[in-house]
Amino acid sequence: MLPRSQIVLLISLITAGIISASSSRIDDYILDVILGIGINIILAVSLNLINGFTGQFSLGHAGFMAVGAYAAGTLTTGPGKVWFDASGASPALLFPFVLFAGGLTAAVVGLAVGAPSLRLKGDYLAIVTLGFGEIIKVILQNIEWLGGSRGMVGIPSYTSFFWCFGAAAVTIYAAWALVNSTLGRGFLAVADDEIAAEAMGLNTTRYKIIAFVTGAFFAGIAGGLYAHLKGYISPAGFDFNKSIEIVVMVILGGMGRHVGVVIAVVLLTVLSEKLRDFGDKRMIVYSALLILLMLTRPQGLFTWKPARKAITG
Amino acid sequence: MNSTRAKPCPLLHLDNVTIRFGGLTAVSSVSASLGDNELTGLIGPNGAGKTTVFNMITGVYAPTEGAIHFQNKSVTGLKPFAITERGIARTFQNIRLFSSLSVFDNVRVAFHLHVTQNTAHSLTRGPKFRAEERDITDQTRALLDIFQLTRVQDEPAKSLPYGDQRRLEIVRALATRPKLLLLDEPAAGMNPAEKVELMKLIRFIREKFQLSILLVEHDMKVVMGICERIHVLEYGRKIAEGTPAEIRQHPAVVAAYLGKEITH
Amino acid sequence: MIEFLQQLINGISLGAIYALIALGYTMVYGVLRFINFAHSDVFMLGAFVGYYAVKKLGVPVGGLAGGLLVLCLAMSICAIVGILIERLAYRPLRSRPTLSVLITAIGVSLLLQNLGQSVFGANPKAFPRLFPETNLHLGQLSITSNQLLVIAVSLVLLAGLHFIVHRTKTGTAMRALSFNATASSLVGINNDRIISFTFGLGSALAGAGGILYAMNYPSIDPLMGTMPGLKAFVAAVLGGVGSLPGAALGGLLIGLIETFVAGTGWSTYRDAVAFAILILILLLRPAGLLGKSRSDKV
Repeated sequence: MLPRSQIVLLISLITAGIISASSSRIDDYILDVILGIGINIILAVSLNLINGFTGQFSLGHAGFMAVGAYAAGTLTTGPGKVWFDASGASPALLFPFVLFAGGLTAAVVGLAVGAPSLRLKGDYLAIVTLGFGEIIKVILQNIEWLGGSRGMVGIPSYTSFFWCFGAAAVTIYAAWALVNSTLGRGFLAVADDEIAAEAMGLNTTRYKIIAFVTGAFFAGIAGGLYAHLKGYISPAGFDFNKSIEIVVMVILGGMGRHVGVVIAVVLLTVLSEKLRDFGDKRMIVYSALLILLMLTRPQGLFTWKPARKAITG
Repeated sequence: MNSTRAKPCPLLHLDNVTIRFGGLTAVSSVSASLGDNELTGLIGPNGAGKTTVFNMITGVYAPTEGAIHFQNKSVTGLKPFAITERGIARTFQNIRLFSSLSVFDNVRVAFHLHVTQNTAHSLTRGPKFRAEERDITDQTRALLDIFQLTRVQDEPAKSLPYGDQRRLEIVRALATRPKLLLLDEPAAGMNPAEKVELMKLIRFIREKFQLSILLVEHDMKVVMGICERIHVLEYGRKIAEGTPAEIRQHPAVVAAYLGKEITH
Repeated sequence: MIEFLQQLINGISLGAIYALIALGYTMVYGVLRFINFAHSDVFMLGAFVGYYAVKKLGVPVGGLAGGLLVLCLAMSICAIVGILIERLAYRPLRSRPTLSVLITAIGVSLLLQNLGQSVFGANPKAFPRLFPETNLHLGQLSITSNQLLVIAVSLVLLAGLHFIVHRTKTGTAMRALSFNATASSLVGINNDRIISFTFGLGSALAGAGGILYAMNYPSIDPLMGTMPGLKAFVAAVLGGVGSLPGAALGGLLIGLIETFVAGTGWSTYRDAVAFAILILILLLRPAGLLGKSRSDKV
């Protein structure tokens, strides 16, 4: 007998498959927005693992998304295309492996960035991740075979409703499963009081790295989905503003809450579509909202329960 | 009368431990031994270096010179988490609970040292994982039961009254299954009745969990009342060691506490 | 050799600007223990104040007096804006976790950038000439008067800052506050007033930095603060966050290193260099070159 959480996951995957099969009947623009929501859910839920549950402030999530997008794009469009085509397997079958490779690359980069900076207390992680986001951009702009600053074009659109929301469901499940385990209670303890956590025998650096690398992995998956949804990626598309957008979703949803974050993602993605006509005014509203939120409801919009109850299973 | 009793196999042994901060020598070649199942007190006037010694044992500071051995293995300079892994747990002078977590989770967190699961197990959630989680939950429940904290188990830790918070912090430390429990000024901020309760509690813990306790405490009544051996520090040096009766008569201690009440 | 000296001068004048911005980061970190992300946008504002002072207010420039007037104007307005930001956005969060303040600071930074884009326009603007410009030639070495001016103004401001911090009562209070906030309020220091003052001082330096930067890189835009701001922050970390001489030294070093990297074949990576340095510093010497490591009290 599977635990209830896995049954829910299975049902979600089947539902995603059924909707996907009839997704041709959905209006193209609306489908595009919906798939965008799916990708943002993956980004926000994975960042929530780092920012919300483990209390480490990362400002470079778009950077990991970029790594995943470029790694996946390299396989289907860039130099990796040779093997991709030679394998003879159908793209639909290979796509999950492409996404996984993107996630894995992002996770490795996450380890390289996180290992030195997570040993330090304070705001250093924010600055290092911010700097990392900029470095990634500069490096990508300088790699000619990845398209340089022009970006990578002609990426096939493999991202279907199923892959998008299947991946989102897996991300939510994984975040939930990690948090609701002995390991995840370690995350919460680190976020709450690092000194007390050390005194309980928790190797706080290790916990922070696990959360950070897991978050980077799923951001990489989101990047791969994004690349194969838009068909075009460029270094400038994964800038600081994208990272901030994800941070705002997490804060609005209430750091350390799964459901709130998902609601916030839907709300903000739709809102930002509606505000699209306003151009740069959109970001004014966005930033004003962020300040107002921190001043009035720092615990997020969708937070009611003061503390977590004991959950098992 | 610096009688460092030679014990065959002490649980904790401080060997000429010294620490300097810049030019200041806060603790100067202090040696001490703690045996199994012993209740020991560490006392001294304000600024004598008690908390600094405590922080060196728990790995917050590394001693500049000297060595600390626990169960015959060196723990000198290990990080706090590694010290706790070896079997030394602590409480904090100014209580440090996981204030936003529930009482239940505060204790449950501490069981991480005794699980076999890893990251992959948390994701796959197989039968063994679930059995282990259930096991941890049961043990947490049992522990909370012993200390009458069950009725508040779902409350966030920060909402507990002061006395309960102190108790919860001790329970959380016990959940790491230590062989040595260090209590940093547990009687701070307690009224006389609560202090009597605390003394009972400490004795009870030693009997029930069969461990050694080292108490850093200001309150003479508490220390004299429950400790079997007492070490006295003054200006970073150890000036005396002995039973409560010996310490009361000790000329150096009397001089250090001149004008203060050391008998009760 | 000539090439080297030329780069050295370029590097010093760029580094001097980084130093001015880095000082603001370090001072705010000293008193409030958080990174004021909006600082780089106050720097941007300084440049725009200069632009509008010349274009709209018609401050006569071209002579020394007019240029200095513009500089003072930019510094005063930036000081006021800095104080307002602290008062409105940060002070209400004084007792909250650093994370909340940090996020608010990012919000303020974004707000300033986007307001800038909508008020000033997103397109780069040519910065007017503030001071008489000549090229000095020492042999093959060519130094612009602007570069010398940047170095001279920075030196004067640094000396002024040193005087304020070490020779005045307010400066002493600032140091006391950054040493121990509780203790300083106990000895009768009005912490709120000193924090306001610190923000004003830091923002004034950023405003001056904005003018000096715009003088050497003739076009300005609302997003111009981000990169110099980030690099200045790296400079502050390099020197040791909280240390004023450290920030000045760090700024100078970052300016020099960046200029020399830009002079080699790796010029496209010049923006990445500062962050590579940052990561190295965090690995090797987290307290920075001139900083003191502090540990949490248990």
